[in-house]
Amino acid sequence: MVSQTKAIMRRFIRARGKQGPNPDQAVSHWRLMCRELKRHKLARVSLIILAVLYLVALLGRFIAPQGLESYSSEYMNSAPSKVRFIDAEGKFHLQPFVYGLKSERDPETLRKRFVEDASQIYPIKLFARGESYSVFGLFDTDVHLFGVDEPGRLFLFGTDGMGRDLFSRVVLGSQVSLTVPLVGVSISFVLGLLIGGISGYAGGRVDAVIQRFIDIVRSFPTLPLWMALAAAIPPRVGVIEMFFYITIIMAFIEWTGLARVVRSKFIALRSEDYVTAAKIAGVSDMKIIFVHLVPGFISYLVVAATLAIPGMIIGETAMSFLGLGIRSPATSWGVLMQEAQQIENVALYPWKLIPLVFVIVTVLAFNFFGDGLRDAADPYSHENSLKTAGRKGKRKWTRRSKPLSM
Amino acid sequence: MVRYISRRTLLMIPVVFVVSMIVFFIIQLPPGDFISGYAAKMSTSGEIMDEQALAQLREAYGLNRPWYTQYFTWIWGIVTEGDFGYSLSYNRPVADIIGQYMGVTLMVSIVTMLFTYIIAIPIGVLSAVKQYSFFDYLSTGIGFLGMATPNFLFAIILMFLSFKWWGDPMLGLFSPEFADAPWTSAKWIDLLKHMVIPVIVIGTSNTCELIRVMRGQMLDEMTKPHILTARAKGLPEWRILIKYSMRAAINPIISTIGWSLTTIFTGSTITAIVLNLPTQGPVMHKALLSQDMYLAGSWLLLMAVFTLLGTLISDILLAWLDPRIRLERKGA
Amino acid sequence: MDKTQQAAVDVAGQADLVSRPEPPVQETLVLEVKGLRVGFRTEAGLLQAVNGVDLTIGRGRTLALVGESGCGKSVTGRALLALQPKHAEVEGEIWLSPGSKGDGAGRALDPGRVDLLQLRPSGREMRAVRGGRVSMIFQEPMTALSPLHTVGDQIMENVLLHRTRNRREARQIALDMMERVGIGHAKRRLNQYPHEFSGGMRQRVVIAMALSCQPSLLIADEPTTALDVTIQAQVLELMKHLQQEIGMAILFITHDLGVVAETADEVAVMYLGRIVERATVHELFRAPKHPYTKGLLHSIPRIGSTQGRLASIQGTVPMPLGLPPMCGFYDRCPERIEGLCNRRDVPETSLTNSHQVRCFLYGGDEPREMSAEHRIEGLNKQDKEEEVIDG
Repeated sequence: MVSQTKAIMRRFIRARGKQGPNPDQAVSHWRLMCRELKRHKLARVSLIILAVLYLVALLGRFIAPQGLESYSSEYMNSAPSKVRFIDAEGKFHLQPFVYGLKSERDPETLRKRFVEDASQIYPIKLFARGESYSVFGLFDTDVHLFGVDEPGRLFLFGTDGMGRDLFSRVVLGSQVSLTVPLVGVSISFVLGLLIGGISGYAGGRVDAVIQRFIDIVRSFPTLPLWMALAAAIPPRVGVIEMFFYITIIMAFIEWTGLARVVRSKFIALRSEDYVTAAKIAGVSDMKIIFVHLVPGFISYLVVAATLAIPGMIIGETAMSFLGLGIRSPATSWGVLMQEAQQIENVALYPWKLIPLVFVIVTVLAFNFFGDGLRDAADPYSHENSLKTAGRKGKRKWTRRSKPLSM
Repeated sequence: MVRYISRRTLLMIPVVFVVSMIVFFIIQLPPGDFISGYAAKMSTSGEIMDEQALAQLREAYGLNRPWYTQYFTWIWGIVTEGDFGYSLSYNRPVADIIGQYMGVTLMVSIVTMLFTYIIAIPIGVLSAVKQYSFFDYLSTGIGFLGMATPNFLFAIILMFLSFKWWGDPMLGLFSPEFADAPWTSAKWIDLLKHMVIPVIVIGTSNTCELIRVMRGQMLDEMTKPHILTARAKGLPEWRILIKYSMRAAINPIISTIGWSLTTIFTGSTITAIVLNLPTQGPVMHKALLSQDMYLAGSWLLLMAVFTLLGTLISDILLAWLDPRIRLERKGA
Repeated sequence: MDKTQQAAVDVAGQADLVSRPEPPVQETLVLEVKGLRVGFRTEAGLLQAVNGVDLTIGRGRTLALVGESGCGKSVTGRALLALQPKHAEVEGEIWLSPGSKGDGAGRALDPGRVDLLQLRPSGREMRAVRGGRVSMIFQEPMTALSPLHTVGDQIMENVLLHRTRNRREARQIALDMMERVGIGHAKRRLNQYPHEFSGGMRQRVVIAMALSCQPSLLIADEPTTALDVTIQAQVLELMKHLQQEIGMAILFITHDLGVVAETADEVAVMYLGRIVERATVHELFRAPKHPYTKGLLHSIPRIGSTQGRLASIQGTVPMPLGLPPMCGFYDRCPERIEGLCNRRDVPETSLTNSHQVRCFLYGGDEPREMSAEHRIEGLNKQDKEEEVIDG
């Protein structure tokens, strides 16, 4: 009965489609995917969130009021500044402002703390002048998106134990935390495509050797292996090198999963008639691979890669958190979380958990976006991913093989 | 079946061999060795060791030989005498240290796994049966959140809350006053209290994944044609649910017990460091940082072997539970 | 289409089918369906899959429900046992009468005449009917059995539900049934799993399961469609044979007219949720009345046909969504009468005691003069039709 209803609905959809404009116009798979993706509400929202995050990362130095190295020792562990529109006298200001801060001792705990000084008002200005930085190595500027005039201080997310503006550090940290997974996935993508392709196309002994190798790599527990590899990074390497090592480590296991997808798709497509036809017509192997085989499954691979990103974000965060990954002077969300390791520290200064929110939001956004992509790439499912979450069978190929237990 | 198991076990041996080689290679990768790290540490406390003393130490521990020689010595010791080498930072045989921490690690892992299954299966079934209900959306939503939150960050949140509410972050497995006390009921209660956060933290992502799988499996199974056949027989709905849908849906869940356990076992590493649990995580971390290569290498090797064993157990369980696969194996 | 089915159709065209005696209709009815309507709420509106179906099946008789896919025949079959999806809306009456045989064995409930639609779906009474008094066979023998339970377990389950509580006895009944449906080495095969059976053997298992409680009615939803042709013939033969032994009635849902000719006593042709023509097999194959029935019969290939192309019915079944009161076949009908068929709902016309048709070409309450011309044209065509079949 269900199939019956479905069949009827399908016919209905077909009938409706015919009434639309240009019914016979062929739509490419990518266009179809885009169209399908637009319908997926969660994926759309996630994509917007990710776009904003990456835009912020790209314009990091412009958006962050403070640079990586700057700190103000007199403002250690300061709470987030309250952005106000109405001053102590109840007057409304069109331009938001912050009060000045003065430090005092808590009479009970004798701990230093900051209180607002309502006598000083610092309006928040757009395109304020601050620390100078270079724009993509082209020219230097000191214009920032927003800021307050000296000696005012604006700490949107508060400061850390060294008096560094947490908002600036989250923004600058995102440059590392958001690019490591992208580069890592790109590396796995290329490796997976290449090695999986060779394995699937060549078959025979080459295939067997590659498959055994993949088996062995996969038998390593992800996290301890990452830890061991990260521990092997020489202690005093530059920021760029460090970044490079970490991405390689992230990609070290991930490519095997992609290679498997590629291999199975290769094998499935290899016996398709149109490939045989191309072979008989004397088309070269390379051309067959890139013209006939790869377009047949590239969308699946993109989906698999997207779904691999959250794992890498968490991986990088974990490594940096343990002090095995990104190190000072560079920063990442994992590095920022180090201060949250002492629970007393967090209890006193709870804003130190803010970087964690960014990690979770990014991971969720990538998950939902990947789910949306998967549904869009799969012509047989037009349902919301929340509703079909974890359906087995046809979608097994992208199911994460291991949950992120870190 | 016996033949299948023994064949699979035999096939594992060469894999373990290669794995052990890779492990050793990775472990000796960092520049310098334990002795140079040790010397650096000593020098900060004012004691300068001369080159000759260092060379003597290296000679004594065999650290000056090429890595493959060291590897074969190590692996030979493991195979012949169960000797995993000597931990330089603990100043004890590695096997000793492993023995000390293995028990607690296994206990935490198994309790966590039980928790995972006990929570996940009923929730998964219920949200499939009541599909699109409030409960379904709630559990799916929490499931997504749980999967997206890295465990160790989750641990920080729970510790924070525990500290806020009870003034105790519940670090470790015992309160200091019970650490060396004999096993009394008070100590048990203390242990149970301390187990709550680790079990929730380590288990949540697995639980969420399991709920997702279980729900999907159930939805799949509930729409299978043979369910309609059963209904047409006049079987009551609850019996259809238990006898057919759940029985089939639970197969992939049960059969993943093997690697579920190893995932928990190896995946708890960072959580254990954050929560300061007396399990393998902090030991491994310390060993890696101080280049205590035999200790780190042995742990890594053990975990890889565990992963392989877990996969083997899962495959066997799958074959045992599903008659279709059982037949294939018989034929093979 | 293939040789067996061609042969079947040819046979059907000849006198063979007339020989069966027709029992007096009213008293021996097993099933009487009145005004059955099944609708599905969809985003696009109410989808009326079954739109006022009347059916009667006599004891021990076979009624074939024929139609293209999507015409509502399977929905009808499932609605009889309240097996429709939860969101479906069912109206009408489904009267089930006690069967003549096999109601003794351990049946707790009074097997009197009941309206199945008055029972709670999946309630105790309904469940007693399912598998006990009315059994069902589905199209796919590959998926109709649980892969994780032995064949014996699945047959015995039915027996244990309706006939006996004793496992040993149930096992004996299962063994007996397996032998009766022609499964050799029944004792050994009882403990095997469905994947160890071939498609035809599996369908035999399904039949054994369905008949294990000697139902008075069997609803067979395309039971042979998924099978090889030779196996098809065997299974049909088996069903016929068991029908005589048990004395049950069969509602045979199919799109295959060859199968209809081979098995049915009466035929109901369904289109867009309605019965458009109802007749005995003989009448239907000999003198089809409704243009749709004619179209269906035309689309069967025949030995010795000189036609180069196989006839087919233009178009597809429309969506039963918000249908206006008109003939559902109007758009595809070669004999449509504009201004009539697309203006009004078509009533049913009785041509003989056993032959009803829902078409304005054969009367109804429309002003006759308006359609006289068409009727003559139609009758001419009909004559040609008979020639074809007879030839």
